[in-house]
Amino acid sequence: MIGLSHYLIVSAILFSIGLMGVLRRRNLLMLFFATEVMLNAVNIAFAAISHFYNDLTGQMFAFFVIAIAASEVAVGLGILIVLYKKHGSLDLDDLASMRG
Amino acid sequence: MEKLVYIALFAPLVSSLFAALFAMSPRKTFVGIVGSALIGTAFFASLTLAMHIHHTGEAVHVTMMDWIHAGDLHIPFGFMADQVSVTMMTVVTLVSTIVHIYSIGYMDHDKSFNRFFSYLSAFVFSMMILVMSDNFAGLFIGWEGVGVCSWLLIGFWYHKADVSREENPSISPSWAANEAFIMNRIADLGMLVGLFIIYWNVGSLQYDTVFAALPELSGSVLNAAAIALFIGAMGKSAQFPLHTWLTDAMEGPTPVSALIHAATMVTAGVFLVIRANPLFGMTPEVSYFIAALGTFVAFFAASMALVNRDLKRIIAFSTLSQLGYMFAAAGLGAYWIALFHLGAHAFFKALLFLGAGNVMHAMHDELDIFKMGGLKKAMKWTYIYMGLASLALAGIPFFAGFFSKDAIIETAWNEGTIVLWAILVITAGMTAFYSFRQVFLTFEGSERYPEEIDYFKDGKHHPHEMYKFVLIAMSPLAILAVIAGFGMGTFEHFVTKLLPEYHMSEHTHHIAWILGLVVLVFAVGGIAYAYKKYAKGLKRDEKLESSWYYKLLSNQYYIPNIYEAFISKPYAVLSDIMWNKIDMKIVDATVDGIAKFLYKTGDGSRKMQTGNLSNYLNWMAVGAVLLLVFAALSAATLG
Repeated sequence: MIGLSHYLIVSAILFSIGLMGVLRRRNLLMLFFATEVMLNAVNIAFAAISHFYNDLTGQMFAFFVIAIAASEVAVGLGILIVLYKKHGSLDLDDLASMRG
Repeated sequence: MEKLVYIALFAPLVSSLFAALFAMSPRKTFVGIVGSALIGTAFFASLTLAMHIHHTGEAVHVTMMDWIHAGDLHIPFGFMADQVSVTMMTVVTLVSTIVHIYSIGYMDHDKSFNRFFSYLSAFVFSMMILVMSDNFAGLFIGWEGVGVCSWLLIGFWYHKADVSREENPSISPSWAANEAFIMNRIADLGMLVGLFIIYWNVGSLQYDTVFAALPELSGSVLNAAAIALFIGAMGKSAQFPLHTWLTDAMEGPTPVSALIHAATMVTAGVFLVIRANPLFGMTPEVSYFIAALGTFVAFFAASMALVNRDLKRIIAFSTLSQLGYMFAAAGLGAYWIALFHLGAHAFFKALLFLGAGNVMHAMHDELDIFKMGGLKKAMKWTYIYMGLASLALAGIPFFAGFFSKDAIIETAWNEGTIVLWAILVITAGMTAFYSFRQVFLTFEGSERYPEEIDYFKDGKHHPHEMYKFVLIAMSPLAILAVIAGFGMGTFEHFVTKLLPEYHMSEHTHHIAWILGLVVLVFAVGGIAYAYKKYAKGLKRDEKLESSWYYKLLSNQYYIPNIYEAFISKPYAVLSDIMWNKIDMKIVDATVDGIAKFLYKTGDGSRKMQTGNLSNYLNWMAVGAVLLLVFAALSAATLG
């Protein structure tokens, strides 16, 4: 029987994968993918917990997250294209222009 | 009559502010003239008030406004002119007017002429507040006001450099000003404590309320209040051990010495004792101490004046000595005699100082009487003035000092304090000697001017007499120094309406002429000895001058050195330790440490700002994890 904890474990694993991607990847596009993975990990957790408590609020919240993620991707990809046109690369090590 | 009170009080303030308008501009004679006229107005207002009070026998009381009104504390800005304050007002404004006129001539060449008048008038205003206030708080304001003006005026030539003590027993004006101010601060603390004690126990600072409430207070409270107030008086009137500032205050311009450090401000301590006579009358032990200390100071200061060579310092010591006489009288309960001597002394001592100012003017600021001599040819009038003042000071019959000083000495006999009487009599002889030693050394004998005094560059010195108008301005003082004594009966009748009467016993009255004769013998003896020794010229006596007692006296009993060695130097060392060890190593180090820590952490964490987005994300993750851990921990501990 698949219970709440299984869903949460999957969610946690996905979140960790996303987090590792954010921390380790150097390519901006990959960073975006990684954030998407993290957001969806959270969505899984929301949906599962919502079902567990029989409360629709969590699922509703998941929808909001999806909507925001979609708009974020739309804006972010636009910026990425401009960045790529300007610098010819999306590698963060190349893009570092400010130093403290 | 209320208008007159306001005129007497505020004319000096107007004068001060008027002169202050021109403080930055070059010398303007009319500033001095307007100032003198305004102070003169105050004098006539005071005199009219005195007449009025003499006729009606009632004090004029005005309350200008509520000043402090907080909780139970209620202090109005009230002023009154009663028999005591109107006497002080008249004396103060009279001497001030003359000194103002005198200063027009004396400060003729000074570039800060206008500023000088502003300070001088401000002093008169403060002094008027001091004497006219109807409560202790107002008195204290005036008390501090005259202190500030004294500081400003002693340090008037603040640009003069320090002269070391060894070379010359003189120091810089700014040093002397600070010394005077600091010593007075010490005494003012005593005064403040006295005011607090009174307020604490009576709940008011109004004279009439306080004096009415005195009989209900316990003996220890009265003693404490009397002692504390007298400490304040000791500072202002330069009584031992707070006396050194007065002679050093001679660094200031001579008109200042005449007005502040002889005639008016230094007598404020005596005035306080007279004003608070109901309090001191109820504390016989404190009063006896005052009398004893006064007698001691009279002798002590006179002994230092015997050998001093500085024209102004001799007069300053004599002022100290005469203040001692006043305290002796006040301490013995003869308040009206003390007040009478205060007035008489103001006239002849101011005259003496102004005469000394003329001599300084003629001698190009030379003060050493061993380098003068023979000035009578050039300065006939100054000689006459100083001679008259010295005769009055010595107590020669029918001059002002004779009546007042004799009365004090007689009081000492009458009270049965024979030791005090004997000391005061001996001091009278010493007074006569040092006054005439000074006069003879200055005006008689041969000329001993140093070479460098040469105005006309022709190898000769031409001492010149002071301006005519200055000499004329001094004449009222000279006349009063001669005749003031004859007003003694009227004066007694006038002030004893307010002050306790004091009568000699039948026995004393009977032998009064013998007592007077004893004093006279001492006084004439002093003059005769001075004449024999100095009138023909100065013969230095090496053996005497190298003797230990001569050195002791000429070094002022080494008291300045003792203060220097045991108070100033240890204080400087202590301050140095506080600065280098406590302040720099602890206080400053802590503050600097905090700043340095912030700088270092900032410098260290600056390396985080690589400009690489990936690094930032890593730091963000670290932060998030830390927050999470923190949240988990706090949840664990709280839950």
